[in-house]
Amino acid sequence: MSARSYIVDDREKKTFLLDREVLVSDDILRQEMSHIFGRCWIYVGHDSELKKPGDFRSRKVAGRPVIFVRDQAGQVHCLFNTCRHRGAIVCTQRDGNARRFMCIYHGWTYGNDGKLIRVPGDDAYAESFDKSGFGLKRPARFEQYRGFWFMSLNPNVEPLTDYLGHAKDYIDLVVDQSPSGAMEIIAGVQEYDVAANWKLMVENSVDDYHLPSTHSTWLNFMANSGVKIEPPKEAGLVLPTKGLAIELGNGHFTTDNVNFRGRPVAKWIPLYGEAARPEMDEIRRELVTRLGEERARRVADTNRNLVIFPNLVINDGSSVTVRTFYPEGAGKMHVTAWALGPVEESESARARRLDAFLTFYGPGGFATPDDVEALELVQQGLANWHEDRWSEMSRGMGKEGEQLNSDEHHLRIFWRRWNELMGAPA
Amino acid sequence: MTIATRTVVTRQEVEDFLYHEAALLDEWKLEEWQALLADDATYYVPPNDQPEGDHRNTLFLVADDRERIRQRVIRISDPNCHAEFPRSRTRRMIANVRIVGVEGDLVTVMANFVCYRFRRYERVREYVGEYRHILLRAGDTFRIKERRVLIDAHELGSLGSVSFIL
Repeated sequence: MSARSYIVDDREKKTFLLDREVLVSDDILRQEMSHIFGRCWIYVGHDSELKKPGDFRSRKVAGRPVIFVRDQAGQVHCLFNTCRHRGAIVCTQRDGNARRFMCIYHGWTYGNDGKLIRVPGDDAYAESFDKSGFGLKRPARFEQYRGFWFMSLNPNVEPLTDYLGHAKDYIDLVVDQSPSGAMEIIAGVQEYDVAANWKLMVENSVDDYHLPSTHSTWLNFMANSGVKIEPPKEAGLVLPTKGLAIELGNGHFTTDNVNFRGRPVAKWIPLYGEAARPEMDEIRRELVTRLGEERARRVADTNRNLVIFPNLVINDGSSVTVRTFYPEGAGKMHVTAWALGPVEESESARARRLDAFLTFYGPGGFATPDDVEALELVQQGLANWHEDRWSEMSRGMGKEGEQLNSDEHHLRIFWRRWNELMGAPA
Repeated sequence: MTIATRTVVTRQEVEDFLYHEAALLDEWKLEEWQALLADDATYYVPPNDQPEGDHRNTLFLVADDRERIRQRVIRISDPNCHAEFPRSRTRRMIANVRIVGVEGDLVTVMANFVCYRFRRYERVREYVGEYRHILLRAGDTFRIKERRVLIDAHELGSLGSVSFIL
């Protein structure tokens, strides 16, 4: 297939169009698996999910079954969950603690560091058979930043800390919620399918333009709960407060918003109840003492939806959610979402964080189900892609300077990077 | 001489109540359904991987107190709740009803359920699991003190969401 551009990016005429074929084509999905998922850093899991030696989680990352595991020495590994003998899955539990993984087929057994330690009847093999060459395979690269572990199938990828670019600053803002700088994944995972192309979730996660129309029932709920939802004060705003869209390099981007919706750390709203006030004031005081007034305000009074290209979203809004998703066909994705909180959080603060999470996020939340509906309606509408080929994404191009969270600057950043990696001419 | 009194609860009474609740939910008579709730009623859907978890330290799918249930009903009754407009059509089958505990006025009930959910353009989604109700004796009927819905599926997966009252 000859290289062609999937976008029309005309900065003179200030138009930006996306070819809808990229949201429906199985051919393009196959190319994405090598050009995007085979080339970038892909999120695997969080350090806190493996608290003790032997703790493991088996999951799919970029379509690959892997074991995310901490060995006896405390080292974290990402191992392909595939027996070197004949290919079976060797770890069949989704989580647990184990010193070794035994393939049930012929009994080949691996340590939790991936080394092959037992082959039943190994005297039947020739002298040249060397067990040390048959450890579980692993991705070319596996690195972490502040507890977030990523893998890459690309041996030549730049170091993770370079790849993340300025996204690191926003991860730092999230992690600064914790006095000790340690955040943890909270028990309970939300896993659900959306009948839509995975890239629509990237767009949706940062697109604040949709909030008033998609989430009016959530805004009503907030108002019913005593949160002041004021009309926008400045021309061009569609939300009660101002928020920006910010480019972070390498296809990463974030929204950066003045908060109006409350934050468990540490901006009280009536929804949390009067009884929560003293503890939230205390959390706030700790932030100011540790970080200074200005940084504390950044942590507590602003919220952000961060996309690490291509498929990790950290929404630091009504609560913190870590959300990743991968395609299962052009028109279907699988979403995994966790809640993240400071390790030293009190029982009451933890309960408040989780309750705040459910006011907005997740399959039973007051907003996410409507996002899912919107994305599925897009995918259904795309059946007309032959006749109605281009999606319009030029919002904000008509003005110089700062771009709002409700503009489409950040969506264009994603699509330009995606287009480039897919080998298309700019 | 006093005769020790104990609340006698029959399975038939409990079944009648659960069937009535299911009918109200399937018919989207949510105001009438709310009339079945005690003043401090709670509604929980634990996450698929931690069905026995505690909502105070575990991320649930739904963990509503009475006020949140009221807000949930307002939300899903609104035509702007896009996930439920048009509304899901649901049909619940309840079986294997067991009274597993009686303590004063409180009756703990477990029942198996299948809830079939239909929406436009979509194939049926089958929610299979267990209802755990704590019922409060109220004259010759009950009020729901706690309603816990455990989903058997290992993950929500193709069930997608819990945007209606399950």
